[in-house]
Amino acid sequence: MTAMALDWSSWLHLLGYYLALSLMAVGGAISTAPDMHRILVAEHGWISDPQFGASIALAQAAPGPNVLFIALLGWNVGLNAAAQAGSSAAATWAWALMGAAVCMLGIMLPSTTLTLLATRWAHRNRQRRSVRAFRQGMAPIVVGLVCATAWVLGRAHGVAATDWPLWLLSVVCGLLVWRTRLHLLWLLAAGALLGAVGWV
Amino acid sequence: MTPPSHTPAFRPENPRALFLAFTTLALQGFGGVLAVVQRELVERRRWMTNEEFIEDWAVAQVMPGPNVVNLAVMMGDRYFGVRGALAALAGMLAAPTVLLLIAATVYAHFADHPAMAGALRGMGAVAAGLIGGMAIKLGTALLQHPLGWPTAGALALLTTLAIAGLRIPLPWVLLVLGGAACALSWHRLGRP
Repeated sequence: MTAMALDWSSWLHLLGYYLALSLMAVGGAISTAPDMHRILVAEHGWISDPQFGASIALAQAAPGPNVLFIALLGWNVGLNAAAQAGSSAAATWAWALMGAAVCMLGIMLPSTTLTLLATRWAHRNRQRRSVRAFRQGMAPIVVGLVCATAWVLGRAHGVAATDWPLWLLSVVCGLLVWRTRLHLLWLLAAGALLGAVGWV
Repeated sequence: MTPPSHTPAFRPENPRALFLAFTTLALQGFGGVLAVVQRELVERRRWMTNEEFIEDWAVAQVMPGPNVVNLAVMMGDRYFGVRGALAALAGMLAAPTVLLLIAATVYAHFADHPAMAGALRGMGAVAAGLIGGMAIKLGTALLQHPLGWPTAGALALLTTLAIAGLRIPLPWVLLVLGGAACALSWHRLGRP
């Protein structure tokens, strides 16, 4: 599907979509990725399917919070719009930046404002039994969620019987993080090196 | 007002320090920032304790929006109000965004190289290990949990199984298991 040029109402539509999505993104931005695919790729054709997939993969691999894949989606929307309009190089950069800014502003503004207000309320009322019960009660759930994240990330390696070096690498890293204060960047660099030379 | 049981040893001097701290940790966060936040803010800088980190993470998790971003906003606000929240947020996003856009621009040239794919695979395995190691560390905090460690540990195990094993959507897990855990704690707090 080819990308379509964007007029001002399309940009507003894009902003409005992310503003609304922001409040639905319980459990992180990545949980709303299927819906973004529906809107950006299937419904409007603002970006292509490969662009969508590469945006998520790149943001996962690069440093920084994974939510930045949304900035990359917006960046690609801007690039496509500029290409469609036949813009100059400078204008292309400007459109791409605007796409990134519109999407990030939309996904962040409502949720961060809400978080700020809720946190302040909880802090003012921290002696209430209900607030204390919430904070205490959620602790084991949070630990469980972190374990689940590790499990899901680890499972992406594939079958343990054939991909055991990857699993071994994960387990060794987990133990090193637990027992030592080794800098995390050393572990990541080692992982990248082992992968690049084909040992894992 | 009762003081918290574990008071952190240090705090950021100004929003600038906050911005730099979040920039540093965001740039280390390949494949997610969570493990790095715990390492940098709890262990290295000691701006917060493990217990505080878990409590804040719980709030960041149930609020809508990107969780680490919520966490940055909450921590920044605690030290310097809205200014701090903006400083932490900017630190978390500014440098990584610039890097990511550069990476996206050069990515196309090397995407097909096998060494590149291998390096990404290796880093993915390390990322899984980092989160796993952090889970163990956070899990040790449950040994002192007011509900007692067997109950707290069972709740954590059930959550892991529900999310990763049974693939139950997060809102349901939070509602049912989180609700049960909060109700138990509420009951426990009512006893003298």
